[in-house]
Amino acid sequence: MIKNRQLQFSLAINEALDLMMAKDKRVFVIGQGVKSPWYVGNTTRGLLRKYGEQRIIDTPVSENAITGCGVGAAIAGMRPVIVHPRVDFLMYGLDPIINQAANWNYMFGGNAPVPVVFWLIVNRGGEQAAQHSQAMHALFSHIPGLKVVMPSNPYDAKGLLISAIEDNNPVVYIDDRWLYNTSCFVPEGIYRVPIGRAVVRRKGKAITIVALSYMVKEALIAAETLRTKGIDAEIIDLRSAKPLDKITIFNSVRKTGRFIVIDNGWLTCGLSAEISALISEKLFKFLKSPVQRIALPDLPAPASRTLEKVYYPDASLIAKRVIQILRKEK
Amino acid sequence: MSKNISKQELLRLYRQILRIRFCEESFIGPILQGIIKCPVHLCTGQEAVAVGVCSALQREDYIFGNHRSHGHYLAKGGDLNKMVAEVYCRLSGCAKGRGGSMHLRDVSVGMLGSAPIVAGTISLALGAALAVKVKRENKVVVSFFGDGAAGEGVLYEALNFAALKKLPIIFVCENNLYSTHMPIKECRVSKNIFEIAKPFSIKTWQVDGNNIFKVLEKAKTAVSLCHRGEGPAFLEFLTYRLHGHVGPDDNVQGTHTDIRPLEEIKRWLKKDPVLLLKNYLLSNNVISKSKLKFLEMGVDREIKNAHKFALASSFPDKKELNKYLYD
Repeated sequence: MIKNRQLQFSLAINEALDLMMAKDKRVFVIGQGVKSPWYVGNTTRGLLRKYGEQRIIDTPVSENAITGCGVGAAIAGMRPVIVHPRVDFLMYGLDPIINQAANWNYMFGGNAPVPVVFWLIVNRGGEQAAQHSQAMHALFSHIPGLKVVMPSNPYDAKGLLISAIEDNNPVVYIDDRWLYNTSCFVPEGIYRVPIGRAVVRRKGKAITIVALSYMVKEALIAAETLRTKGIDAEIIDLRSAKPLDKITIFNSVRKTGRFIVIDNGWLTCGLSAEISALISEKLFKFLKSPVQRIALPDLPAPASRTLEKVYYPDASLIAKRVIQILRKEK
Repeated sequence: MSKNISKQELLRLYRQILRIRFCEESFIGPILQGIIKCPVHLCTGQEAVAVGVCSALQREDYIFGNHRSHGHYLAKGGDLNKMVAEVYCRLSGCAKGRGGSMHLRDVSVGMLGSAPIVAGTISLALGAALAVKVKRENKVVVSFFGDGAAGEGVLYEALNFAALKKLPIIFVCENNLYSTHMPIKECRVSKNIFEIAKPFSIKTWQVDGNNIFKVLEKAKTAVSLCHRGEGPAFLEFLTYRLHGHVGPDDNVQGTHTDIRPLEEIKRWLKKDPVLLLKNYLLSNNVISKSKLKFLEMGVDREIKNAHKFALASSFPDKKELNKYLYD
């Protein structure tokens, strides 16, 4: 056992897949590009050689059938991980996720579990424009019967994927290519990060910043800027978009009385709207200032680098908005 | 094989093919230098399909493209400067810098749009053909897609509906043997994609896509079928992309992307559509070597000027991020 072993985000995913495939013969990976680093980075490195083409299945471009195929295999007792290397290309595969996997257990009065993981990779920036950039976690979070997880670091990437594979329900696991090169301590062996539990990444008293996935990284940078200005921000990493960990969020907001949510999905009807509504409903009397949100503007992703720069929120925008909130109170 | 094609038309075809080739190759430098950032899917090697099919069409006919559509856009008569500027993501581009290489459109010549979701525009072409029929227009619609799209269910749904309603649509499958990283034999059992149209009673052909004369001939047949109300038609063109899936990386076996055997690439280089037509022109004395050189210099100049135009254009202003969401 190497103490304090550092591992890259994408290799943490690789390790989770490897461990779970070794442990459980029902686990297999299916999707476009699982044998190609173009699609999935090095997340499936070495797995084809180790587990063979029966369990690492590269597929033709048939998102609808392949997604349904994974759902069907889960219904028949397997534990598939279906990968879509770009969320955008998954749209043809929505029906088996939303109509079938999500509804199945309830629709049949229980005892009809669908233990499937939909692993969706967000791959944006680089002037790739509107059909190569979408995140869509709000869409999936809207659907009863689905769980939605979004890791922000390698430790959670591995632990959440293991939890997702072990879960008896359909789990949408969304990761962001912008995090693939980040590293942190990742224990060897199997461990779990619980689904539906957020974590306080940084303790503070002045304001609660709620973020998930890549935006946690930006929020942590913003917190450092704010610290130099004497503002002590608390940062919550949601880890799961559904179920939401209301307790962790509420405890923090009760303490700080101020709240901003940072989302890398669109603003309208997005995750930020849901969390803001919850806080307004439950914690109105604790609030010292109105809830605030930062999210993608309600626009398709533009190609041009000048527009991308203002389209994607970053640490400086987060810091600026927090300072504004505190200034308004004075 | 080209007895009924005039000298003038032969030279026009060559100029068109060459223009696409030069244009595609001209992007490689700026991509490697990082000046062009958006994903660029070069159609080098597939030019004869675009030029042959679009030469059978009228200006008012419609086409829809995919991720690899520079050739379709140019062959249909799309504005060169605006396309190059779009690849640079500039305001003067055909999508005003919002789309990049994968989103080309020039409605003035019937190029209704390209988009990279695999098979994503096939049903849109179907809809355009329905509109043409409802409006009793004499237009034909072409849907360009690759062999990878033959894995998508929507293609089969579109084939059925088009046949059912006898729509004036030509399904053009450019089979370049690779679906991104996957050789076609790993994607399907039968390599004959054109046969998928048969159960729908759609007239269908498999054609040498690197032979401009054969492409043109079959495209004309398909167009006249559609005009007679006997559409749809399906054309599978066997061709080869001389570069890799995206950008200048050639995906040669043994290199980082490790996909295509070098021997295979060499074999197809001998069937390069530019080379084939050039040899034909010279060996049949359609044009002299010196005049050909002059023609090539003219095309080269045109492409260079398009890059100058693009580089002189500004990026979209960040203040205009919100523009164009709604009409």
